[in-house]
Amino acid sequence: MKARYSIFSLARNALSYHENWQQAWHSPEPKKSYDAVIVGGGGHGLVTAYYLAKEHGMRNIAVIERGWLGGGNTGRNTTIVRSNYMWDQSAALYEHALKLWENMTRELNFNVMFSQRSVLNLAHTQNEVRITKRRIHSNRLNGIDSTWLDPEDVKREVPIIDLRGGGRYPVLGGSIQRRAGTARHDAVAWGYARACSEMGVDIIQQCAVEGFDIEGGQVTGVRTSKGQIKTNKVGLVVAGHCGVLANMAGFKLPVNSRPLQALVSEPVKPIIHNVVMAGAVHAYISQSDKGELVIGAGTDAYNGYSQWGSNPVTEDTLAAICELYPLFRRMRMLRQWGGVVDTCPDASPIIGLSPVKGIYLNCGWGTGGFKATPGSGHIFADTVANNRPHPIAAPFALDRFRTGFLIDEHAAAGVAH
Amino acid sequence: MLLIPCPYCGARTENEFAYGGEAHKVRPEHPEEVSDEAWADYLFLQKNTNGTYYERWVHAHGCRRWFNLVRDTLTNQVHGAYKIEEEPPKVDETTYV
Ligand SMILES: Cc1cc2nc3c(=O)[nH]c(=O)nc-3n(C[C@H](O)[C@H](O)[C@H](O)COP(=O)(O)OP(=O)(O)OC[C@H]3O[C@@H](n4cnc5c(N)ncnc54)[C@H](O)[C@@H]3O)c2cc1C
Ligand SMILES: [Zn+2]
Repeated sequence: MKARYSIFSLARNALSYHENWQQAWHSPEPKKSYDAVIVGGGGHGLVTAYYLAKEHGMRNIAVIERGWLGGGNTGRNTTIVRSNYMWDQSAALYEHALKLWENMTRELNFNVMFSQRSVLNLAHTQNEVRITKRRIHSNRLNGIDSTWLDPEDVKREVPIIDLRGGGRYPVLGGSIQRRAGTARHDAVAWGYARACSEMGVDIIQQCAVEGFDIEGGQVTGVRTSKGQIKTNKVGLVVAGHCGVLANMAGFKLPVNSRPLQALVSEPVKPIIHNVVMAGAVHAYISQSDKGELVIGAGTDAYNGYSQWGSNPVTEDTLAAICELYPLFRRMRMLRQWGGVVDTCPDASPIIGLSPVKGIYLNCGWGTGGFKATPGSGHIFADTVANNRPHPIAAPFALDRFRTGFLIDEHAAAGVAH
Repeated sequence: MLLIPCPYCGARTENEFAYGGEAHKVRPEHPEEVSDEAWADYLFLQKNTNGTYYERWVHAHGCRRWFNLVRDTLTNQVHGAYKIEEEPPKVDETTYV
């Protein structure tokens, strides 16, 4: 049994200079076989394992991560959490997740620093004004809070913004979701890992899946850098690398993997208190609790696995930031990085069964899956355990690319969601 | 920043170009006759290789011609460009996990 985290445990551990904290999760060697193997130790994979153990009684399971927990997009993203997507199917999915975010810290006894500081989506063109208003109506019909802001309202929310956008990017208005915000990304991975470990889930890091054993169309095991593991159920939750693993299993996906990048500045005093997204110019900004400006940029124009991102994209984003927030022109950037995102043609994820029996897919989240982390894992666990899509997952089946029932969320997604 | 060797203009920086995705995909001759599976395959499914990738580019802000490129998608090393009607250059293909 793990000691609970609390103000008292903090005080107690301070007395021993914080040197005696219990390890948050065990790191066992893999067993010979499991009832299910989740490939990918990002947020979505860990939440899947959490609900498999908690709600479906599957405790003989493992999460296999080739690097370190959260070292993929989970630990590289700009942590925007919101649910103001347009179509009913997406509203159901992202709002399910947002409700779980609201109780996550308490449920995990792990502070994920979920901060409902509100998210603004700016509109820079007449076309964006129209689609934003349409989306607000659609959100409200689905019970999702969403409000239109005139330019003066935007200025009231974000006093440092230049509504003229330097003459290039005028702000014509925007939407605001007040329940939306940010969270501490690493804490999400660590909190779920700790909870999984406590329920007996094996968390295995530094172990890459390199192939599958498939007999008569049914998966029977995975081959890893730490040896062979028998299992009849495999959840693929590897984000940008989903195509690589699909290739190993003998099928293709409608996914292109591309670097998406972000930057943080030197820390400054509180200056921007909400999240402001500008889809048309690929610039997103918020301020971390440490005071750094967290800036999200666009995806590279071409496929790539480099976790880096190309220069022209960085330049475009920073140029737009400087037009919208002239006082940031003298800020210095501290770090820049990229994550490999799995973009789908309709900017919606793929959740459900795959062409191989026993292999389940959770991918295609592209530039915007962090916000969905708890909801995605919840419905995916149900899908894996029962070998049929959870009702919220059903519309997001791989088969939609054959039937043509795409769920186009490009407008809600922006470039990076 | 990639330096892309346009077969018509020579090496230029990547922001002169636009991307066309996986190369050597053949559009079905009679789309109205193929199955939904085959059409979805042509339209949506991607090799999305981590490693040596054959891809289409267009020199949008230059000669505006389409051509193919062989590039390593992990290291970004460009192995060479070739005209649409040409055979790809011989390269040691690599893929990564
Ligand atoms: C710069 C950036 C900004 C973003 N901003 C936002 C945002 O503001 N809001 C939002 O909602 N979303 C955002 N996203 C998207 C979001 O980060 C992802 O959609 C989400 O985190 C995906 O989580 P995941 O658990 O599916 O994937 P990941 O966290 O990437 O986890 C997948 C794991 O699989 C592992 N893996 C890969 N191959 C193998 C293998 N062969 N064997 C074993 N393990 C393997 C990887 O190492 C990785 O840890 C952003 C992404 C980036 C890159
Ligand atoms: Zn040219």
